[in-house]
Amino acid sequence: MPFKRYVEIGRVALVNYGEDYGRLVVIVDVIDQNRALVDAPDMVRSQMNFKRLSLTDIKIDIKRVPKKRELLAAMEAADVKKKWESSSWGRKLIVQKRRASLNDFDRFKLVLAKIKRAGLVKNELSKLKKEVAA
Amino acid sequence: MAAKATVPRKTRNPDLIRGVGKYSRSKMYHKRGLWAIKAKNGGVFPRHDARPAAETALVKPPKFYPADDVKKPLVNKHKPKPTKLRASITPGTVLIILAGRFKGKRVVFLKQLSSGLLLVTGPFKINGVPLRRVNQSYVIGTSTKVDFSGVNVDKFDDKYFAKAVEKKKKKGEGEFFEAEKEEKNVLPHEKKDDQKSVDTLLIKSIETVPDLKTYLAARFSLRSGMKPHELVF
Repeated sequence: MPFKRYVEIGRVALVNYGEDYGRLVVIVDVIDQNRALVDAPDMVRSQMNFKRLSLTDIKIDIKRVPKKRELLAAMEAADVKKKWESSSWGRKLIVQKRRASLNDFDRFKLVLAKIKRAGLVKNELSKLKKEVAA
Repeated sequence: MAAKATVPRKTRNPDLIRGVGKYSRSKMYHKRGLWAIKAKNGGVFPRHDARPAAETALVKPPKFYPADDVKKPLVNKHKPKPTKLRASITPGTVLIILAGRFKGKRVVFLKQLSSGLLLVTGPFKINGVPLRRVNQSYVIGTSTKVDFSGVNVDKFDDKYFAKAVEKKKKKGEGEFFEAEKEEKNVLPHEKKDDQKSVDTLLIKSIETVPDLKTYLAARFSLRSGMKPHELVF
């Protein structure tokens, strides 16, 4: 199978190790075989090892080493935030974050909701079973 | 020399650096006016003869010395500080009790008593926990709060929870066991009324929040996959 996600200028990646864990960054330049210059709207442009990056499907249109203003404009134009949050990967991360921040009361309400849903499903199932049996 | 304590005198010689004064010895002599004191006293510094020592009563040597030299323990003037209440625990917070008869129960915090213990209540109708004292160390404070307006808990303090003093009974052979049994089981009526008066207001504010009543009635437990250090309470 060929590769689909390439390291290129404008590739959006997710940081998977270190201080900036979980941040979406844009590859703005390649330094050498192992490192890239990355930038994001709320961080200082810095180098990062490729091993710390997980490439995403999103790519934006920028020239090599753009000014911060241009980078922001390009990210707005490509609507990176929306694309990310609607992708299944992005949605999963959002759900994980939400689950981790649940309070004890919220977890209890979740249990109640699960029980209720299971009850509804069982009801429907038993109705269908009855129809089949009849 | 003087028996009474003098007021700490202000030095007329400010420090330039620690250990180095601004004025020299001769300058200080002049500043303190020692020349004036000498002049007043005819060229000599005034001198006082020693005060006659007060008459001390004759102390006889003791008749008896203990055989071993026992060391006296050092004086300890350390006073225990009042227990600091965690910032997450405020009146109306739901707490999870971790040990004792009511372990796992979710309970409403009322106030901190002067002994440092926390006063909590179930409320009794919801989960069977009465007005009770609990140690802060055996409690998890959740971020869920119950509306605490209008609840008055001023009358409760540590003395309220002290064990009732039992009167000494005369030992009668046959009646011994029966009499003891009767005394222990009855909870005085005032305590039941106190419980009710605190709980009615609380239950009203609890019922305004959906599911909160069932939440307080249920016990907390760890399930598979729950990591206490990662859980947000």
